[in-house]
Amino acid sequence: MPRTLFDKIWDAHVVDRLEDGTCVLYIDRHLVHEVTSPQAFEGLRMAGRKVRRVENTIAVVDHNVPTDADRLKGVNEPESKLQIETLEQNVAEFGVTYFPMSDARQGIVHVVGPEQGISLPGMTIVCGDSHTSTHGAMGALAFGIGTSEVEHVLATQTLLQKPAKNMLVRVDGKLAPGVTGKDIVLAIIGKIGTAGGTGHVIEFAGEAIRSLDMAGRLTVCNMAIEAGARAGLIAPDETTFEYIKGRPFAPQGQDFEAAVAYWKTLPSDEGAQYDKVVVLDAAEIAPEVTWGTNPEAVIPITGTVPNPADEPDEAKRGQMERMLSYMDLKPGQKIAGTKVDVVFIGSCTNSRIEDLRQAAAVAKGKHVAPGVRALVVPGSGLVKKQAEDEGTAQILIDAGFEWREAGCSMCLGMNPDKLTPGQRCASTSNRNFEGRQGPGGRTHLLSPGMAAAAAVTGVLTDVRELI
Amino acid sequence: MDKFTTLTAVAAPLNVANVDTDKIIPARFLKTIKRTGLGKSLFADMRYNADGSEKADFVLNQEKYRKAQILVAGDNFGCGSSREHAPWALLDFGIRCVIAPSFADIFFNNCFKNGILPIRLPEDVCAKLMDDAALGTNARLTVDLERQVVVRPNGEEFAFNVDPFRKHCLLNGLDDIGLTLEHTAAIDAYEARQPAWQPKIHGA
Ligand code: SF4
Repeated sequence: MPRTLFDKIWDAHVVDRLEDGTCVLYIDRHLVHEVTSPQAFEGLRMAGRKVRRVENTIAVVDHNVPTDADRLKGVNEPESKLQIETLEQNVAEFGVTYFPMSDARQGIVHVVGPEQGISLPGMTIVCGDSHTSTHGAMGALAFGIGTSEVEHVLATQTLLQKPAKNMLVRVDGKLAPGVTGKDIVLAIIGKIGTAGGTGHVIEFAGEAIRSLDMAGRLTVCNMAIEAGARAGLIAPDETTFEYIKGRPFAPQGQDFEAAVAYWKTLPSDEGAQYDKVVVLDAAEIAPEVTWGTNPEAVIPITGTVPNPADEPDEAKRGQMERMLSYMDLKPGQKIAGTKVDVVFIGSCTNSRIEDLRQAAAVAKGKHVAPGVRALVVPGSGLVKKQAEDEGTAQILIDAGFEWREAGCSMCLGMNPDKLTPGQRCASTSNRNFEGRQGPGGRTHLLSPGMAAAAAVTGVLTDVRELI
Repeated sequence: MDKFTTLTAVAAPLNVANVDTDKIIPARFLKTIKRTGLGKSLFADMRYNADGSEKADFVLNQEKYRKAQILVAGDNFGCGSSREHAPWALLDFGIRCVIAPSFADIFFNNCFKNGILPIRLPEDVCAKLMDDAALGTNARLTVDLERQVVVRPNGEEFAFNVDPFRKHCLLNGLDDIGLTLEHTAAIDAYEARQPAWQPKIHGA
């Protein structure tokens, strides 16, 4: 029977099957960070268990590290400090490879994995973080797990799981200039909704997806979880292999050739069946921006804020009204021209070198508008260094952007980078939930180019007017 | 993990769709290295004013729901971040069962690992249970996991589905890890079969 990419990876990792169809699924890569692991290590310790395969496990600090230049002098926040120190004790005690803040390879776990060649096609990859779906862009089955499951994987290198359903999202045709992976995935979520992928693994396919570079693909899969999917997947191809070649933890030489031969067998077979299929036309996708407090509340930058009065469903109407009041927007108002206070370029969605280049291309020779605070937070120490070496950083610094150290930063209000109540932020991150970037903060999700356009004009702006 | 067999308790109605895990427990409370103590921060932004005082109209601040052990919620409950702090906070508050038309996958899964039973029931059934819940202490719901039914105060019963393996674990308070370790021989055999090119993550 023809199989999908998901089916193939799943089948290759089933260790055992329980009576009711639950599978003991082998996990090739376990990425660990400071927020969701302390209780898991504590559980191991209490049960006298070890980490079964340290060679499948890697740890990094990202969520609550400060991103200012002085951070190596010490973390001020006592609770963040405790979580970081706890992780450091745990990795030392259990023998897990770890990238501390002082290591250039440190960064957001979902940037580090692909960058280091740790996340590879055909693998099963988990992390105690929902945006683990990001790694699906490598052609891997990657999903977020809770802390109990983190402990389960540490102890057994497996998870108890039932297979997900298959969903295909095909984006046909070519993208217009100024339209990116971020816009594609926002448009998809706008179409299928935040629960559109529940219970499914979404395979993204079609000409527009194929034409994306790895950074763009990682952005798309990153937000699969915002469509409710268990994971996002993109079939590995020459773009993938080219990206992986020579990365530190990737197979080298003959091993690489053997790996590629296997990876080429992974794409979905002709005639493979999907439980759900959604098709989008790339030509219809514009630079997108969210107006509400979930990623499904999205419109093209040329659009207007929807009117709750047009919504027949009462519950939905109430939700829209609440969103508009929280976001301080009026029905029917043009979204372009909305004044912003803060611009955040970063997060596991859009903090790779390609993202920073998009922002720099827009900001070059311009300056951040008066009264706007604009931050650029590279996804890893290596991205930061590359941007500095090639001049991308200088363009942004000259334009008046703050240039910071790697971490999750303003993507979530867990470290010193936060919005204050009422502040409006153009953000390249992935969640616009109430209070996500700080209590009372208002988030508009958009692409790095769009974020840079908002920074230099001071208002939400169609990036195509600036390129 | 505590067993879950039958529960008769006050149910709190939270008729809001898409309650994400950031709402259940905002990120600033995740800096703990323990599983306990999160109950006071459950739904923090919906439950407290900026000065820390309680918002009188929030359901769990009403006297009759302070001891609620069941939550009747809206569609797509628990979406967003994978944080297990969300079920930990619910549990620490005393909630052992959440009933909703639909749940986000990771949250749904995390509930079972912590002795919380998430129950999916059709929209119209949830609406009835929401009405019962609105009666507060005058109307207790009963959740019988063995028989897989929710019993209304008027005696009407609604059957629900639950994965047999998860049901077994909940009824007996079983720890997944112990069960999986019974498959150690199969895991060893699997590892022995892995291709030679598969790289290992080693040292600095
Ligand atoms: S950047 Fe944001 S979404 Fe990504 S891992 Fe960090 S906190 Fe989570």
